[in-house]
Amino acid sequence: MIATLERPRSTSSNNSDLIVASLEGVNKNYGNIQALRGVDFRVRAGEIVALLGPNGAGKTTAVKLLLGLMPPKSGRVRVFGGDPTSPENRMRTGAMLQVGRVPETLRVREHIDLFSTYYPSSLPAKEIMAAAGLEGLGERKFGDLSGGQKQRVLFALAICGDPDLLFLDEPTVGLDVEARRMLWDEIRQLVRRGKTVLLTTHYLQEADALADRIAVINKGEIIAEGTPATIKAQTGGKKIRCITNLSISSLLRIPGVLEVKEDREAVELHTAEAEPVVRELLSRDPALSGLEVTSAGLEEAFLALTQDGSRNGNRAN
Amino acid sequence: MSSATITLSRVQVQRSPRHTTRIYIKEAKYEFLKNLRLRVYTASVLSFPIMFYILFGLVLNSNQAIGGMRVPTYLIATYGTFGVMGASLFGTAAGLASDRGLGWLQVKRASPMPPFAYFTAKVVTSMIFSAFIVIALFTLGVTLAGVRMPVGDFVRLLATLVAGSLPFSAMGLAVGYFAGPNSAPAAINLMYLPMSFCSGLWVPFMFLPKVVQKIALVLPPYHLSQLALGVVGAGTHESVVTHWEVLAAFTMICLGIARIGFQRDQEKMYG
Repeated sequence: MIATLERPRSTSSNNSDLIVASLEGVNKNYGNIQALRGVDFRVRAGEIVALLGPNGAGKTTAVKLLLGLMPPKSGRVRVFGGDPTSPENRMRTGAMLQVGRVPETLRVREHIDLFSTYYPSSLPAKEIMAAAGLEGLGERKFGDLSGGQKQRVLFALAICGDPDLLFLDEPTVGLDVEARRMLWDEIRQLVRRGKTVLLTTHYLQEADALADRIAVINKGEIIAEGTPATIKAQTGGKKIRCITNLSISSLLRIPGVLEVKEDREAVELHTAEAEPVVRELLSRDPALSGLEVTSAGLEEAFLALTQDGSRNGNRAN
Repeated sequence: MSSATITLSRVQVQRSPRHTTRIYIKEAKYEFLKNLRLRVYTASVLSFPIMFYILFGLVLNSNQAIGGMRVPTYLIATYGTFGVMGASLFGTAAGLASDRGLGWLQVKRASPMPPFAYFTAKVVTSMIFSAFIVIALFTLGVTLAGVRMPVGDFVRLLATLVAGSLPFSAMGLAVGYFAGPNSAPAAINLMYLPMSFCSGLWVPFMFLPKVVQKIALVLPPYHLSQLALGVVGAGTHESVVTHWEVLAAFTMICLGIARIGFQRDQEKMYG
């Protein structure tokens, strides 16, 4: 009954059916607040999945359920085909959670030493320190570290047991650009070594840069799921930004314009195809300036998916 | 590069008893180091009983006697109880409330740490600090006030007080499960200071008002201090067995409350 998988070193769209973690029809409440509603979600072996959503969307709740830190109200949570709370599963799982306070008087080296002891086959301390970018910081007390360094220690604790499955809850919060890129490289490295990663983020760029698959979550529901490309394609289109004298209502009457937003002195138009709209804009307003055309990134896709529709901007139709 | 293998089957990862023992030892070691380096902890928990002892036992009343017993000897038992209680309550409750309320305990729970190792580490650490306080008081008494007692008596006194750390560690766990990370120290002080006074740890029991003496009978520190005083020869009011029974019952009640908190935490999210 042993299902094994020799993972090829490809990244995107892994064709493996081996599901290492899943939420099946999961509901979770905190008092009257419904944190998750009927969530179905799977993580397959060897992939990086990003759970993308705004604050309070239910990302952390999903991770905590998968870590067996609390039970769902209904539905099923499975990790490695079994109960997430089992000690066997915990030995194969690493977790980086958002923590308010970590014991500050212990040194980095000591924190890693303790967590390494929990696992049956932990990595050598030197390797962990290198992987997390903590070289030279071993003797520092946790309380004396910068925000980014603290974050890296938490990452080190997540990987120290060389787990097969890694949960990273907002791993790069508070990191500067360089540290963030370093951590991304490290996460990619892990997947190359055959690990599976579920990360949550509200950085759209992060999900785009890292994930094989993105699940967009909002108000406790998964509202879109697919590769970064498919997610983008769901809204797709271009963004046109310019400074113009034309009124919003007249801009909305231009064929092909889906949405118009005012942004300080400029306006932003959302459209499927840029060229006809730009031609029309220039002919209607010769004084138009500051023209920029960009493809709608994940940011727009995300906003479009999570928006209530009327709140932010004026929509055509 | 190692070719990775992921299996869905139950992996045989049984910990050897030696590995488990190592986890318990490291957990306790780092809990101890953590508290030792925590100035808030050492400053209040260690220095108060020692300062009180120096002031009231050595500087002011060293030639006085209470009920036929020299003050420096008597106070080793009562300030010893005071110190044990503080070390145990703060050692467990403050850390637990903070770990629980600010997310650190979830990181530990998500790891394969045996949950019991966490609690054991706190209790063991409290016992080590308790022992340290008693030894410090004794050393001061012997060297500066000429306190003398047979080695056997001292060992019994030490063992009694260190064992007495258990009920207060249990109480600390109960408080730590129900107090918030910021309110825990205040909550402990609200119980610890009045209890110390009413149990005769600051003012000898016989000098307390009658009403307070009645209250003391239901307070665990009173019973622990009477056991300690019994060892050094100051008469106990009740039998030794009664004192231990009260402390054991108190421990069980506190553990029961802590257990309710533990189970409640499994259902709830923090942070």
